[in-house]
Amino acid sequence: MAGQTLYDKLWSQHLVKQRDDGSALIYIDRHLLHEVTSPQAFEGLRLAGRTPWRLDANLATPDHNVPTTVLERAEGNAGIKDPVSLIQVQTLDDNCESFGIEEFRINDARQGIVHVVGPEQGATLPGMTVVCGDSHTATHGAFAALAHGIGTSEVEHVLATQCLIAQKMKNLRVRVEGELGDGVTAKDIVLAVIGRIGTAGGTGYAIEFAGSAIRELSMEGRMTICNMAIEAGARVGLVGVDDTTIEYLRERPYAPGADLWDAAVADWRELVSDTDAVFDKEVVLDAAEIAPQVTWGTSPEMVAPVTGEVPDPAAQDDETVRGGITRALEYMGLAPCQKITDIRLDKVFIGSCTNSRIEDLREAARVARGGRVADSVKLAMVVPGSGLVKRQAEAEGLDKVFIEAGFEWREPGCSMCLAMNADKLEPGEHCASTSNRNFEGRQGYGGRTHLVSPAMAAAAALAGHFVDVREFNRQPEEA
Amino acid sequence: MHALKQHQGLVAPLDRANVDTDLIIPKQFLKSIKRTGFGPNLFDELRYLDEGYPGQDASQRPLNPDFVLNQPRYQGASVLLARRNFGCGSSREHAPWALEDFGFRVVIAPSFADIFYNNAFKNGILLITLDEATVERLFQEVEASEGYRLDVDLETQTVTTPSGEVLTFEIDAFRKHCLLNGLDDIGLTLQHEDAIREFEQAHRQKRPWLFRQAG
Repeated sequence: MAGQTLYDKLWSQHLVKQRDDGSALIYIDRHLLHEVTSPQAFEGLRLAGRTPWRLDANLATPDHNVPTTVLERAEGNAGIKDPVSLIQVQTLDDNCESFGIEEFRINDARQGIVHVVGPEQGATLPGMTVVCGDSHTATHGAFAALAHGIGTSEVEHVLATQCLIAQKMKNLRVRVEGELGDGVTAKDIVLAVIGRIGTAGGTGYAIEFAGSAIRELSMEGRMTICNMAIEAGARVGLVGVDDTTIEYLRERPYAPGADLWDAAVADWRELVSDTDAVFDKEVVLDAAEIAPQVTWGTSPEMVAPVTGEVPDPAAQDDETVRGGITRALEYMGLAPCQKITDIRLDKVFIGSCTNSRIEDLREAARVARGGRVADSVKLAMVVPGSGLVKRQAEAEGLDKVFIEAGFEWREPGCSMCLAMNADKLEPGEHCASTSNRNFEGRQGYGGRTHLVSPAMAAAAALAGHFVDVREFNRQPEEA
Repeated sequence: MHALKQHQGLVAPLDRANVDTDLIIPKQFLKSIKRTGFGPNLFDELRYLDEGYPGQDASQRPLNPDFVLNQPRYQGASVLLARRNFGCGSSREHAPWALEDFGFRVVIAPSFADIFYNNAFKNGILLITLDEATVERLFQEVEASEGYRLDVDLETQTVTTPSGEVLTFEIDAFRKHCLLNGLDDIGLTLQHEDAIREFEQAHRQKRPWLFRQAG
């Protein structure tokens, strides 16, 4: 019998019941909640007279709607000026309070983007099933946890039953082998993968990211990659356990303490695909060939190396693809064959569940240090992923690097990744963004998003247009 | 959830691949704490010429005359014909809520994104996957003939065109059963309450650290 993939192992470890009709009940170990996709679920519980199955599996924090300026945050919930946003955050507070669910509220130092908070707290552990009413829950797969986004009906289902009705996915392995060039990061890997397999390439699959380039990444880098598995259509992204995983978790608040640590580690070591495991599909990328990536269109698959250019729709055979590119270029205000480095930026956003962890901020600060945001850039902002990331960055002096370079240093939240709070683009503005989606209107009505790595975003902020961070790094103190 | 056994309805064609859930219902409308009322903001950025925000009177907003759902011939459509990878992106269940609230009961496309697929069925919307060539042909037929309607029968897993052509589709047994009977998932799962408790106990014994609280 062939060996098991990591996904197969996680699936079978959580299988409560396999039903004849092909569906299954799987047990959920960790349920993360935020204010946007939970209110209707709590309401459903109430209407049916149900209570949460296991309170301690749940952890909540408001992130999508929270303001990020220091002044607003100083007021707590009262600083949320939009009354509809305020109701949503208050509703989360009220629901957590009345049902007895642990919540890191708006000004708790542990508050932040739910996908930054879970791992940071050790609330995400290898071998867990982790769900959240948010598609970027794939992030947690970096810890060899079976993690994926769910809808609000499923949030209610998990609250009420601690289970999910699921169907087994297929296995796709993406191997990235070799060494990344200087200035090329996890974000560039995942954008290159999406460019290769397309935004639906992973539909129906759990993607395991493997290969020497993945092994070399920090947990932050692995989270960036798994986070965007959904942008390739896969609900699940995974990386097998190794020393990097285990070292990251040591002494995190929710991680096992000394009494259980050794047993847990022994169990976690098994959370890798067997060498003879069979994948339904495999894709291999050469890390050395990956250049810093920039999206030019309105889908994450519309991506090019910074050295490249915007495509010409006329060169496409497929009518649907041609129509898509034409529409995207029109929306983005770009011309066919325009050089990527000629795209000028109005705003720069460094943050989001993809790239707001300490290592992301270090990468951006390394580029920003001693520089100055270009006059043509109206706003460059850095939004840490959590209160604890912010604290760590300040301890390292990164806040000063950013502020001296002309960036705004903000309070944690989802912010301009999806612009549910006040941080947004104006119509027509181009933004270099370290977030995950460049959909039409995503960062504000009529806004034009270009997805890049933190280092590329920082370099673009200083230059006022996209630059190849590999070249940029070599220029000493560009004034 | 309401049941859906058969449905006959006017078809509206949305000729665009990779329609994401941000496009189906933009984020500013996700601030609602209700499940209803999203219909007026379905495809908001395509449908109106101005920027939408919660609480507007939709009847006063300038409509985009070029958008398919604003054209007189598609008024009252309840079957949406779409292109590949429909519903990609965010997990927001507000997307099927908006489709349902607007009046769509069936969406036909060559492929759907995974999370959206789950969410739609939990709200009584039937998603039908047909191959790319068939969908292309349906697009041509819809555009060629005003008042084009399709007859959908979930029981027999068929779609019948006005000319009498019968197309069959696949659907998994569990989703079909739930939709045919309008069943509540949670109620069904709780029938296995004992199995869940038994599993939970063994799981806790084997991997106690998964149940540990912050120290």
